[in-house]
Amino acid sequence: MEPQTIIARRIAQELRPGMLVNLGIGIPTLVANYVPAEMNVFFQSENGLIGTGPIPEEGMAHPTLTDAGGRPVSALPGACTFDSAMSFGLIRGGHVDLTVLGGLQVDGTGRLANWMIPNKMVPGMGGAMDLVCGAKRVVVAMQHTARGASKIVKTCSLPITSTRAVDLVVTELGVIGFPDGRATLLEVAPGVSTDQVIDATEAPLVVADHVPEMLL
Amino acid sequence: MRTISLDQAVEMIPHGASLLVGGFMGVGTPERVMDEIVRQGKRDLTVIANDTATPGVGIGKLVQAKLLQKVIASHIGLNPETQKQMMSGHLEVELVPQGTLIERIRAGGYGLGGVLTPTGVGTVVEKDKQQIEVDGKCYLVETALRADFALVHAFLADYMGNLSYALTARNFNPVIAMAGATVIANAENIVPVGVISPDHVVTPAPIVDYLIAN
Repeated sequence: MEPQTIIARRIAQELRPGMLVNLGIGIPTLVANYVPAEMNVFFQSENGLIGTGPIPEEGMAHPTLTDAGGRPVSALPGACTFDSAMSFGLIRGGHVDLTVLGGLQVDGTGRLANWMIPNKMVPGMGGAMDLVCGAKRVVVAMQHTARGASKIVKTCSLPITSTRAVDLVVTELGVIGFPDGRATLLEVAPGVSTDQVIDATEAPLVVADHVPEMLL
Repeated sequence: MRTISLDQAVEMIPHGASLLVGGFMGVGTPERVMDEIVRQGKRDLTVIANDTATPGVGIGKLVQAKLLQKVIASHIGLNPETQKQMMSGHLEVELVPQGTLIERIRAGGYGLGGVLTPTGVGTVVEKDKQQIEVDGKCYLVETALRADFALVHAFLADYMGNLSYALTARNFNPVIAMAGATVIANAENIVPVGVISPDHVVTPAPIVDYLIAN
């Protein structure tokens, strides 16, 4: 299974019926592919839509029905639209149950950096800071390493997105949570040993004697 | 409210003006107003908007024509030209979290000095900002934003200037309409008074100074 697929399938299991969920771009977007329609999850697009549906069939796209990247989307029955003040009222006001975001680094206490690399890539934070600040649960979807270097680090060298610790980090190697403010290995991916995860992780990792395997 | 032609509307904008521009990745941006600003070569502009779209789209056209001296936005990542001009020092860019940006504009339009937000506390965003504790929680003081002009894109405008919006093209538009000293509206459809029912008017006519004739 592709790393992205492992990550997206595992995160999809965090969703529950009736939740209001915001997915970031990249791997987070893939999560929607593994959520059954009958679960009735509400997906928010921060440009002003609840009830975001799949990419429309050819010829059915509408120029004013788009996702946060400006790409055409569809709207599910019961969808609603609103302005950006309300969209971020939903986000900052604690009305979004769960957000899934990409990450550049997460430190040993769960602090996320995901919005810039100084002097290299300065795209802007968009809605990321508000989402980490205000969503009830924050899940990070990212590959465990980048060019061989661990993305789960002792201390973020990149500017952080929020001081609020994320709730869960899901990578192609495992699931990490932060109970008591310490990175803790909660699950390993199928066929991955706890030692492999420890080796690939720069931050100190709390590992129990028996770590369950992800169910995918 | 007065109706006005596209070229007359843009002629009102002086060089160096500040503009609030509606739209999210170009969706809900008054595209023909962008084209006319480029055609008339208005320069040294400050743009306050969610993003700078992509090259050749919406606000991206103003960036490409090098008409901007400053951008206040939440995201410029999908427009490499904005990043290039920022890195080379030709364009000043102030990056603001999206929820903070829209609230600063809302505050400007609603007569408030600013807002208190937890977003950005403990990050580089807090630099040089006052912090206030309320009930034991820390907030940043984010000051209000207004501009000389608000360039609004609506789906429907009636003959009086009442506006309603379509789907995700609403985004910043109704909020910026409150925060421009002069409000210029562009609408996909101009319809008789009464077509937009009172419950569906989002921006009331007295807010709109000029409606561009279609």
